[in-house]
Amino acid sequence: MVAQAVFAALPDFNLMTDSEETIFSLCRSCLHTFEGKGHCPACKKTRIISHAELLDLSIAHIDCDAFYASVEKRDNPEYATKPLIIGGSSNRGVVSTACYIARMSGVRSAMPIYKAKKLCPDALFVSPRMKRYGEVGRQIREKMKELTPLVEPLSIDEAFLDLTGTEKLHGAKPAVLLAKFANEVEKEIGITVSVGLAPNKFLAKLASDMDKPRGFTVIGDSEKEELLGKLPITAIYGIGKQSAKNLAKDGFTHICQLQEQSQSSLARRYGETGMRLYNLSRGIDNRKVQPQSGAKSVSAERTLSRDLADYPSLEEKLWDISETVSSDLKRKELAGSTVTLKLKTSMHRIITRSRTLDAPTQMAGTIFEVSQSLLKPLIDGTPYRLIGIGMSHFRPLIEADQPDLIEPERTKRTNAERAMDKLKGKFGTAAISKGRNFQSATSSQQKKDTKKP
Amino acid sequence: MKVTIERNSLLKTLGHVQSVVERRNTIPILSNVMIEASGDTVAMTATDLDIAIIENTNAMVITAGSTTVPAHTLFDIVRKLPDGSEVELTLEENDRLVVKAGRSRFTLACLDKEDFPIMNEGDMPHRFEIASEELKRLIDKARFAISTEETRYYLNGIYLHVATTEDGPRLRAVATDGHRLAQVEQDVPEGSSGMPGIIIPRKTVAEVRKLIDETEGAISVALSDTKIRFAFEGVTITSKLIDGTFPDYSRVIPEGNDKQLEMDCRIFAEATDRVSTISSDKTRSVKLSIAPDNLTLSVNSPDSGTATEELAAAYSADPLEIGFNSRYLLDILAQIEGETVQVYLNDPSAPTVLKDIMDDAVLYVLMPMRV
Repeated sequence: MVAQAVFAALPDFNLMTDSEETIFSLCRSCLHTFEGKGHCPACKKTRIISHAELLDLSIAHIDCDAFYASVEKRDNPEYATKPLIIGGSSNRGVVSTACYIARMSGVRSAMPIYKAKKLCPDALFVSPRMKRYGEVGRQIREKMKELTPLVEPLSIDEAFLDLTGTEKLHGAKPAVLLAKFANEVEKEIGITVSVGLAPNKFLAKLASDMDKPRGFTVIGDSEKEELLGKLPITAIYGIGKQSAKNLAKDGFTHICQLQEQSQSSLARRYGETGMRLYNLSRGIDNRKVQPQSGAKSVSAERTLSRDLADYPSLEEKLWDISETVSSDLKRKELAGSTVTLKLKTSMHRIITRSRTLDAPTQMAGTIFEVSQSLLKPLIDGTPYRLIGIGMSHFRPLIEADQPDLIEPERTKRTNAERAMDKLKGKFGTAAISKGRNFQSATSSQQKKDTKKP
Repeated sequence: MKVTIERNSLLKTLGHVQSVVERRNTIPILSNVMIEASGDTVAMTATDLDIAIIENTNAMVITAGSTTVPAHTLFDIVRKLPDGSEVELTLEENDRLVVKAGRSRFTLACLDKEDFPIMNEGDMPHRFEIASEELKRLIDKARFAISTEETRYYLNGIYLHVATTEDGPRLRAVATDGHRLAQVEQDVPEGSSGMPGIIIPRKTVAEVRKLIDETEGAISVALSDTKIRFAFEGVTITSKLIDGTFPDYSRVIPEGNDKQLEMDCRIFAEATDRVSTISSDKTRSVKLSIAPDNLTLSVNSPDSGTATEELAAAYSADPLEIGFNSRYLLDILAQIEGETVQVYLNDPSAPTVLKDIMDDAVLYVLMPMRV
């Protein structure tokens, strides 16, 4: 008390204690910041975020709300008021995204379609249009990059942003920028996002998830331990089902139990993971936001509408997948030197086979050729339910698909593919396709034609 | 079985045979070396099912017999024994091999010799002798171009065949990975003229090459359509050949490259090596700007900067700019023994031919890069 009295007597000295902490607020409608709580003194609106550390924090996680469903609802206004589920069209698939209306019936991501149909019989089921989502996702990412170069995308619809030191440039605090960003995305792109603002990535991601959709949540240093303590252990990133099970065996189910442990006891028990658990349970996360944590591989896979065991029908899928992977590589300006074929048997066993090439490639023709030779030995009557191709070990583009001495056909095919890519660029993807694709698209037509006398 | 062998000769033998044994084997006995003792020699055999190597060493055989033990383990033991020690190998009744030297004693688990796979050589109708120096030259000047791409398994070795040339038949070794091609030839050894064209796998090439360094005399070669055998003094390697058709490489060797560039080979190689320092360690493209009597090497790396070097050159055709993978270019220049390299160019996208002015029995083709 004596000390307080002394400090209080000094002019210009702001003594901070827990009870007297100054709360800052931001109006999400007009972006006005003010001290204290309550409605916005400027516009009188009530979408207010208040937090003592609001203006000090600069690590954010931005997550689009029910992204695929939101894009569909935006593109098809007639879906707007209906429960909408994005997922494979057949009953074999799983829900990839459910809109918030469908979620009210209990539908969740990764739930089998048939179960979703049972829970929400009047829902609209729509097949995903990944390309479209990619376009919208990139549009949003470009907007993020206007805020800071330190954007670390986690997937098509979420990313970490490090806004430290951007205040001078933008003339506004990170919190204000983020609120403005969320408003703009909603207005210009027609998608709502949820924002988490915190001292580090772990807490930021946790925060963005706490008030979905259209949320803006702040977790500060002062409350992080208390807040984490209430959460189950699975809230820690990297703790999945299996790790949770192992930890539960040792009696750890909630983060608060980890907080009671000493660093050395966790380290002794779990090694490096233990150290991580110690830190994360206390809200300590030193990972940096890394902009181009660059993809290590590019892949595509298809769950088949029915199990296939014969080579010709699997090969047909392979071509389709090769083209997808190739166009992905070309778009990202990558060339991979290892081709990995992935198959899942009807018994859900995953088989992978890979082969490394002398030189990297991004050509569908070459990817197809290699994956064909990987697939052939695996055709032994086993029915497969999924087939996919991954490309990894990226090398500089300059080394990719150079003219080949021995197989002029390879060079020719590569040149043809390049020419086709150019045409596609001009006239759109559907404008041109290789003989193989054309055939499979029109084979029924041809069959009819040949029957005619 | 009980034998005593001098450590150094045992080490040398094991060094040769263990090198064929793969580090990981799904069939346990393939990790083993077969030891057979009789008379005054010990024969050691190892195989990976594609290559079999057998080597005889002098030894004091007290009791004849045979067994198999893990090759890498035995090799590591012998390697760590002191120089000059005597090693005693005793097969005990319970299928254990006891290795004794000085105060050291090791017991190794054995596997039954009856299960050890023996390669069936079959009939080898073509036989010839080749000087070790000559075989070494054929291998060294070609092997760097061998492809590692499994999809094109028929390029995973050296194509050895008798080629018909203007100077009559020649024994020729060719290797290519689609980016560069190496061709080296010599007089046909007696007895080789009727041999089929064969593709010797990369691993066999490497094993044979190792043994050449320790051999001075001639090497006896015997082969059929499917197998080849190299007999050195005391050591024999038998290998399966690659079952495939080597592409018609002659059609990729351009005939009409009329722009001729002559360079001092060492200076060219050193300068190429110098400028390629700037290219990020992955991309290794170097640009050659060729003008009359002048060659400029340049590397432009978006990440690290630029490098150029000007060299005197003998060139009188139209100026030309062409890009190469500097690693590939250096590989070739390293194999040219003469002072001068002759480069035959056509246009920036056409294969380029490189020759050794002192040695018309070697020829290299290098594919340019789009730079």
